[in-house]
Amino acid sequence: MKVMLSAFVAIAVIAIGSNMILMQAGFSSQDRTTGSAVRID
Amino acid sequence: MLRAILALLLTLTFLSSASAQSEGMAQPDRSATGGAQTLEDIMARQRGEKIDDSFRRGDTGADAAAALVGQLGTRGGASDPELWRALRFGSADIRTQYGGPAAGVLIQDGGMRWLEFRNGPLKTYGAYLLGITLVLLALFYFIRGKIRIDGEKTGRTIERFKSFERFGHWLLAGSFIILGITGLIVLFGRKVLIPLFGHEAFSPIAIGSKWVHNNVSWAFIIALVMIFAMWVVHNLPHKSDLKWLAQGGGIFSKGKHPPAKKFNAGQKLIFWSVIVLGGSIAASGLSLMFPFDLPMFAVTFEKLNALGLPQLLGLGELRTTLAPHEEMQYAQAWHAIVSFVLIAIVFAHIYIGSVGMEGAYDAMGSGQVEEQWAREHHSLWVEEVKAKEGGVQKDATPAE
Repeated sequence: MKVMLSAFVAIAVIAIGSNMILMQAGFSSQDRTTGSAVRID
Repeated sequence: MLRAILALLLTLTFLSSASAQSEGMAQPDRSATGGAQTLEDIMARQRGEKIDDSFRRGDTGADAAAALVGQLGTRGGASDPELWRALRFGSADIRTQYGGPAAGVLIQDGGMRWLEFRNGPLKTYGAYLLGITLVLLALFYFIRGKIRIDGEKTGRTIERFKSFERFGHWLLAGSFIILGITGLIVLFGRKVLIPLFGHEAFSPIAIGSKWVHNNVSWAFIIALVMIFAMWVVHNLPHKSDLKWLAQGGGIFSKGKHPPAKKFNAGQKLIFWSVIVLGGSIAASGLSLMFPFDLPMFAVTFEKLNALGLPQLLGLGELRTTLAPHEEMQYAQAWHAIVSFVLIAIVFAHIYIGSVGMEGAYDAMGSGQVEEQWAREHHSLWVEEVKAKEGGVQKDATPAE
């Protein structure tokens, strides 16, 4: 049971971590599909 | 002199295009429309028949334009219909602000076929597959009942899976269930959930599902690699698998227990399904998550064509020039089809590992299984474990 729960926690940690990494690395749709000539924010 | 050469070139260009047109007209007679599509062409297209559109596809005025649109040439080499045909068949020279490879495609008619497939057969047959699998499992439960431990329980346990093995399993299982549910929400949202909850309630569910689906995928991929590395050795074919399969694993009749090693043939089939189908889902998923960056299908179709598989199936050569959107559409369709199949397989796996068999859950719960259960379902593995234990105990006996 403990192992199962720790795996579920790991899923959450990996999900949040990967999202942070990809966003910071410029992999958001906004970063990938717009250039300096396009103003979104 | 220059003007004379240009005139000659133009004449030759028109002549060659005229002869090309007359060659294209060899099939139906399109003289009434001056070579443009006829009523019969339009009706055939509306009936959904496959038509040879080569007479239109190339008729984009490119030849005429080339002669006129030089560095100092005049504009207007191509007429509006010719320009629209170039847009329609993806041969127009589109220049846009930066926006990824898809931005240069203004008309992509393959998208309609994909949308119809996604909203029609994909959802219908996918739902049937999952529904029928659940009904069959329920029927099996009511007819066969829970598979009990036949012999008398010993009260002793054997360690079946170490904690890191169970961690890998639950990382894969947890992420797969989350991905399955969120994937189904995204696919069936418009058809099932919006009519139930309305647009406003569905919106946050859809946004949340997308976020979760995209980001939980990494846990699935990591777990897939873990599972492969940990268990591939135990899942190679063995001669006992044939006997196990011939007896249907003994699950259809009481008191029948074909011998098996650590994993029986049924578990091996599950393992390889998860590895192969899960790997394919992961690959198409990555292609979808990084749109247009990781196209897979044109390359795959080329390889399949070279092998001659599509030709054998009567599909002819598969197209190997795909619009960026088409790559994504094939990836989505493949991702969903393979996922439906794997979900159905995993339904059966979850059934037999929980309500379907007494003592099976312990293997992944505590990691310790009842010895009698192990003897009935994995007799060869128990012998291996006992032989090892015997060896260890012998070595551990102090010399007196």
